[in-house]
Amino acid sequence: MVRIAGVRLPAWLISVGGLLLMWAVFAWFAQSRSLPSPLQVASAIVTEVRSGELFFHMGATLARVAAAFIVAMAIGSAIGILLGRSRKLNHFFDPWVIFFLNIPALVIIVLSYIWFGLNEVAAIGAVALNKIPNVIVTIREGAKSLEPQFAEMAKVFRFSKWQVMRHVVLPQLQPFFAAATRSGISLIWKIVLVVELLGRSNGVGFQIHLYFQLFDVATILAYTLVFVVVMLAVEYLLLQPLENYSRRWRAGHA
Amino acid sequence: MLDVNINSMSFRSSEGAALEVLRDLNFSCAQNSFTSIVGPSGCGKTTTLRCILGLETAFDGAIKTAGESDHLHKISAVFQEPRLLPWRTVEQNVRLALKAVDEAELNDLFAELGLTEHRDFYPTELSLGLARRAGIARAFAVKPSVLILDEPFVSLDDETASRLRKLLMQVWAARSCTALMVTHNLLEAIELSDRILFFSGSPSRVVSEYEIAVDRKNRNRRAIEQIREDIYATGAASPME
Repeated sequence: MVRIAGVRLPAWLISVGGLLLMWAVFAWFAQSRSLPSPLQVASAIVTEVRSGELFFHMGATLARVAAAFIVAMAIGSAIGILLGRSRKLNHFFDPWVIFFLNIPALVIIVLSYIWFGLNEVAAIGAVALNKIPNVIVTIREGAKSLEPQFAEMAKVFRFSKWQVMRHVVLPQLQPFFAAATRSGISLIWKIVLVVELLGRSNGVGFQIHLYFQLFDVATILAYTLVFVVVMLAVEYLLLQPLENYSRRWRAGHA
Repeated sequence: MLDVNINSMSFRSSEGAALEVLRDLNFSCAQNSFTSIVGPSGCGKTTTLRCILGLETAFDGAIKTAGESDHLHKISAVFQEPRLLPWRTVEQNVRLALKAVDEAELNDLFAELGLTEHRDFYPTELSLGLARRAGIARAFAVKPSVLILDEPFVSLDDETASRLRKLLMQVWAARSCTALMVTHNLLEAIELSDRILFFSGSPSRVVSEYEIAVDRKNRNRRAIEQIREDIYATGAASPME
């Protein structure tokens, strides 16, 4: 809490307000179409909401983010656990992981469109493929550091493979899943925009491309801001409550 | 009945040097008896337990229970660190070890071990003494024919350890299985066991054994100390150990 002129305000409000104010001041001095003021951006948002365009394109982008995220997490986690548990496999496939980790996102997207056509599967596949190596690397670290004493306990008490995975392995990987999710969602939505810009006819990326050609910076910023707000909501309303729930057993130590 | 015959067991260091920890280790435990292993630190007591539990397989020899070669079938363990899954409650930890749950037996076990009120607690919310009790509950819940205990009372204060020993005895007496415990504490071994095996230093084997004739009910402090004197007198172990 910060006190300004006798009124107590939360620090984040001051921080965001300060940023908006700075933006407004710069825009006022610039008086240029290439730097619209916060009010102009707000009115662009209202226009896009009224026309229904915003929800339509936002929905398309969110659906792609969700699909690519699920595919990338599922495949990346499975490979990550496998490589983390087997020294031989890891030794063999490590160059592949490094190779894919270092291919530029743009190259994967372009090749994917060339090989598989300008369709939804190619788009989502390209985004997932960009993210999978990151998930592998994160989950692999977790799988390497599993506690052998729990695995031994599970062996002595004859846990089934499924029980070992569900009750022994996955809970130990939880912090690594959380890390992969965090970095994953922010990376994925940025790549989804590129995919849409290059080869889709809807979505936030498509709209930004459109308004770039019209040189309408206010609407470009309108889409960007709304999407960032949506991603913040996902973080605070979905990811953090989920993480708190999965960490509830640590309460005794807190 | 548990038969342990290990001709040799070695550990290999990362540089390839082999260190023999067990050699000609032969002993057997009678059905439903309580046997303790006492010996100098680092002599391979825990390694012996790990071989019996199937956690070490690179040894030359054989381990059998009641003549069955698949001795892991009905074996269970109380570990030194309780090894409860911290993200599962006490009750979930116990249930996970069970193939078929006998609800009445489970209730009895929790009650006998004073854990009824702690069933829904996470292990991090328990003291070490209570976590050990949960470990004991899990070990008995699977109705083992052989129970392995690796220093189950270490690093507890005397009073808690003594209470836990009594609880263990009650639960064990009511269920009866062949128990094998490793301990550093000779008095503890005397209080609980039918028989004590003394291990040599590495590579270790059984150097002597001592049968305790005194009935468990009559093993008060004085009786236990007397037995210890007798063990020293017979030369089964020396006071240095």
